[in-house]
Amino acid sequence: MSTAYIVSLLYQYADNVAFLLLAAVGLMIILGVTDIINLAHGELIMMGAYITTLAYNHAHLPLPICMVLSVIGVGLFGMFLERIVIRRFYNDKLGALVATWGIGLILSQGNLLLLGPSMPSVPLPEWTISYQGYSFGGYRLLLFSVAILVVVVAWWFFYKTRLGVQTRATMQNAKMAQSLGVDTRRIYLFTFAAGSALAGLTGALYAPTTTIVPLMGTTFVDVAFITVVVGGGANPILGALTSSAFLSVISTELSSVFGTFIGRIGLLIAALVVIRFLPQGISGYLRDIKRRRMARVST
Amino acid sequence: MKTRASLNAWRVLNGAQELGHGPPFWILFAVLFLTLLVYGFVGPTFSLSNLANFLAYVPMALGLSFLWGYSGVLSFGQAAFFGIAGYVYGLVAGNFVGTWGGTLIATVCGIGASMVVAAAFGYFLFYGQVSGWIIPLLTLVLTLILETFMGQTAGYQWRLGRVLFGGYNGMTGIPSLRIGPLEFSGASTAFYFLAVGTIFIVYLGLRFLVNSSYGYAVVAVREDAERTRMLGYHVDLIQVQVFTLAAGLAGLSGVLYVSWGNYMNPSSMGLVAATLPVIWTSVGGRNSLIAVLLSTVSLKWLADSLAVRGGEYAFLILGALLLLTMLFFPTGIVVSIAQKWRFRSRQRAIVADAEPPEGKQTGGIP
Repeated sequence: MSTAYIVSLLYQYADNVAFLLLAAVGLMIILGVTDIINLAHGELIMMGAYITTLAYNHAHLPLPICMVLSVIGVGLFGMFLERIVIRRFYNDKLGALVATWGIGLILSQGNLLLLGPSMPSVPLPEWTISYQGYSFGGYRLLLFSVAILVVVVAWWFFYKTRLGVQTRATMQNAKMAQSLGVDTRRIYLFTFAAGSALAGLTGALYAPTTTIVPLMGTTFVDVAFITVVVGGGANPILGALTSSAFLSVISTELSSVFGTFIGRIGLLIAALVVIRFLPQGISGYLRDIKRRRMARVST
Repeated sequence: MKTRASLNAWRVLNGAQELGHGPPFWILFAVLFLTLLVYGFVGPTFSLSNLANFLAYVPMALGLSFLWGYSGVLSFGQAAFFGIAGYVYGLVAGNFVGTWGGTLIATVCGIGASMVVAAAFGYFLFYGQVSGWIIPLLTLVLTLILETFMGQTAGYQWRLGRVLFGGYNGMTGIPSLRIGPLEFSGASTAFYFLAVGTIFIVYLGLRFLVNSSYGYAVVAVREDAERTRMLGYHVDLIQVQVFTLAAGLAGLSGVLYVSWGNYMNPSSMGLVAATLPVIWTSVGGRNSLIAVLLSTVSLKWLADSLAVRGGEYAFLILGALLLLTMLFFPTGIVVSIAQKWRFRSRQRAIVADAEPPEGKQTGGIP
């Protein structure tokens, strides 16, 4: 194995990590804080992609500005959804799942009616880096850096800001946090907005790389769901990071040898095996280890 | 002795886990099915064939009602098991053309295949004791992956014996179910009676099951899995059994559908197909089998008539219906109506009790 081959494998690995991480992180943050699965996540990603594409093709704005518009637009839409629908379902988790599924159907079918079956996509920025006969897409590397940046920013937010501390308190014990003066409803609202904004970011970032169709959300959600299941909601950031790092090992290997489809099947089987032994996902397992260690120290 | 046993069976059948008890309900029920039967003799062939198509989906929806409403497990996998059974039936029946009982073997293989897949899938899901949101997610992924898989089987190399998988064009020319000289093809009255008979048996069977002691254990798992486990029930095993049974019912629907249309394609386990059973079940009311039965047929009819006027609107309307149901009738529209009605009649009874006729008061508190 030459170094160049290893570098190209690493490149594919980084590309897969970025995809899983960006597709799942918004969903996971919402799950971790509010304990709700947003099945309209794929449609929010689709919305982000559409906003970027429309802004780029019709308003002729520079691409980064289109992406920022996506983030803001989808984030606001998420806020609206939380206010109108999600808020009523904090006591009925499966109900929320079904209701958000209905929202997803409305969004994708409404979009199909409104904007037609497909639209011309944004041209992919053509930066290439070549290394010993392999050429690497610079945009893919950018995606990976953005994914890492998202994790760093989320970590900074959760652990270094006042609102982050309040959010973690709400995650641990919402009633207790409430009685200590934390406005948990506001925390939930912001969380949902942030998760949706991340979906918008994902859609915007991947808009140049895929075809823009109303059902494009599904290509994101199946891997996103597996990533969320394997990561668990106990610690969204750690969960998203470890789970996408672990799953990318499997999908990179399988996809490069047998093709994408077998890669997906491998992911599903991996998820089934993981939850058989770690029902709370990787982050739940890590939390349990930490708790056990703390219990041992205190006795 | 015999009468006592049958009385007992009647009590179980009439039990409290299902909406509608006593003579009024059973008279309505008998009228409903008699109407369906009579319609089979007098109705025009075209509407019979359509109605039979709607009825073919009822076992799948009843399975989801049992799984979601009674055992508290939401699954998007019904479409996957529907599809597995349909495809396996097609493969087996297509290779046994001309053999006596070939389609019956195919039926057993089809339903069996979906139950085996469900049991294996369920083992991983339920024995890990995962939280409730994981099951809908992973079953949805299973459905999507199966659709992708069947979609890419277009080439000639994808065949089993003489049957081609067909990719997105679908598997065509699947033989209809045949028992002896009777062929249950989509346009035949025989298929209509088969569908009516099947849902009659499935409804009564499930109703018996949910009111039996096993059914009470299933409901106990829904209410509090941990407590049920402490009482000595094998919660994981019960959940796997219910999941497998629901998959078997979805498989039954798949076989009926394939026998009706002689055709199967990957979109029957796509995203939209995975949603439909969930919509039928939640709009009708997942805690009641009869409500799901009614809502399945009427929503299928609604979607069909909408599809004639442009299919894009159909799913928009169904999605909106799902959202509105979850927001305003979380227990389902049919169930809400029934409960309101029962509440009213009970209040009337209470009012009647509270106002005893004048002059007939005897005794009382001194």
